[in-house]
Amino acid sequence: MSMLEIRKLSMFFGGLAALHDVNFDVRQGEILALIGPNGAGKTTLFNCVNGFYNPSEGQVLFKGQPISGLKPHKVCQMGIARTFQVVKPLSRMSVFDNVLASAFLRNPTRKGAQDVADEVLHFTGLWDDRDQLSKGLPLGKRKRLEIARALATQPEFLLLDESFAGLNPAELDVSIDIIRGIKQQGITVMIIEHHMKVIMAISDRIVVLNFGQKIAEGSPAEISADRQVVEAYLGEEHGA
Amino acid sequence: MKNNLVPLVVLAVLAGLPLLGLNSYVMHILILSIMWTLAGMAWNLLGGYCGQVSFGHAAFFGMGAYSAGLIHLHLGLSPWWGFLVSLPLVALVALAMGSVVLRLRGPYFVLATLAIGEVLRITCENLTDFTKGTLGIMITRTWVEKTQYYYIILGLALLGFMVCRAIVHSRWGYYFVAIREDQDAAESMGIDTTRYKTIALTVSAMLTGLAGAFYTNYMGYIDPGVVFSLGEISILIIMVVMVGGVATQWGPALGAGIMVILAEYIRSLPLIGVAYQTMFGVLLIVIIIYLPNGLVGDWPVLRRKLLRRGATA
Repeated sequence: MSMLEIRKLSMFFGGLAALHDVNFDVRQGEILALIGPNGAGKTTLFNCVNGFYNPSEGQVLFKGQPISGLKPHKVCQMGIARTFQVVKPLSRMSVFDNVLASAFLRNPTRKGAQDVADEVLHFTGLWDDRDQLSKGLPLGKRKRLEIARALATQPEFLLLDESFAGLNPAELDVSIDIIRGIKQQGITVMIIEHHMKVIMAISDRIVVLNFGQKIAEGSPAEISADRQVVEAYLGEEHGA
Repeated sequence: MKNNLVPLVVLAVLAGLPLLGLNSYVMHILILSIMWTLAGMAWNLLGGYCGQVSFGHAAFFGMGAYSAGLIHLHLGLSPWWGFLVSLPLVALVALAMGSVVLRLRGPYFVLATLAIGEVLRITCENLTDFTKGTLGIMITRTWVEKTQYYYIILGLALLGFMVCRAIVHSRWGYYFVAIREDQDAAESMGIDTTRYKTIALTVSAMLTGLAGAFYTNYMGYIDPGVVFSLGEISILIIMVVMVGGVATQWGPALGAGIMVILAEYIRSLPLIGVAYQTMFGVLLIVIIIYLPNGLVGDWPVLRRKLLRRGATA
């Protein structure tokens, strides 16, 4: 079943087509990776899904319902959470309060929200840092805090924007485990990533964007054999 | 609970103060300080916690004050009913204002608050048939002594304190701070930012209106130039919070005490007394540079500095 349907999606900024006639589906329970060179339109697509942008043309359907044009908080209330490539921690709040504020979405009482926040902090390995101000965290943990905050809204669908960028190898392994754990909870994931090793390891399917257009879609094996993708993005050694 | 003990002790001390037989000037200072504490706590909810800076809280203060004055003038009601009349009136204006202006971000809200305060002052000055314009409205004060007024404003401030405290520790409070820290992040966490900013504005405005309604009853005379004043109300409320501590529980109370006493002191000085607002401006600059979080917010930093000086001396 399709969780998310991207239908003829276009987004123009002035004369520039950041996205042009993009079509694909994200199936329930899978991890779909969105890859492509810088400026290909990946984050623009995320912004069209989560409501920061109202697409110029086309539609986004979530569980069969059109969501384009809804405000971001409405989209989140429907069950789509996201993280940001440039992390946006609520700086002068503790790690715990960051997550707690998110958890209030589906748990209006403090007790209920605290339980969710506790669970999410354990799951993302941030429990020991819960009392720290979030601006004091190192980048790796701030990236994880983004994920924790998104998870605390108890979503069915998660948009991860470069959650692995800038991580060291040890942190990479931690984050890979977290993403796999998210999938096991039954949450569908769409992830933007440049780290090919990570992509090949965790994704079920891959969609490749280039200059705002979809140039390929398929399993990791199919994508790494695709000549167009190799030319546009992966480079020779990966494709061989 | 240790957290609940401090407010109770403070309340007990404040409730006992009039028993000391303080002279009426000291009582006057205390009453004004508590009134400004109420207004400061109200502003702090919106400006400190939710991060939406208002330069026009005189609008709500003045509406509260005129609610009390006008029902007396036109309907012959006791100005004490002004408290009840002001609440829905101020709430309505704040809701209307918030739903329009709080969709915008950045300086637009600040400019709108600045405008609404001035618009109301000028309207009030010119609707002479309704408000008696710059002549102002005079009421007969209920009591000559200060004690009754003291307990009334103490009760109102206690109400304000409990409302703010309850909100700050609830979902609303967390949403306010999330909005202050990053509106895009807040939206993507499912927070309807326009709605919660409007809630913050409305609650803040209502509490400020109560302070205004008290002002009329206590002072016995209001005119637009005073209760809608940019300098003496809107800016002073901000000063109270900035000096005491932005987004802190006790900042407004400390700031109100300092500002009221300072205002009285500077005004009593020969020659420079008339320029007390200039002095406030200088003070504000010093505070922003050296104690951006106010005395309560920067207390740990302040204490370290003082201790170090004590050690070297």
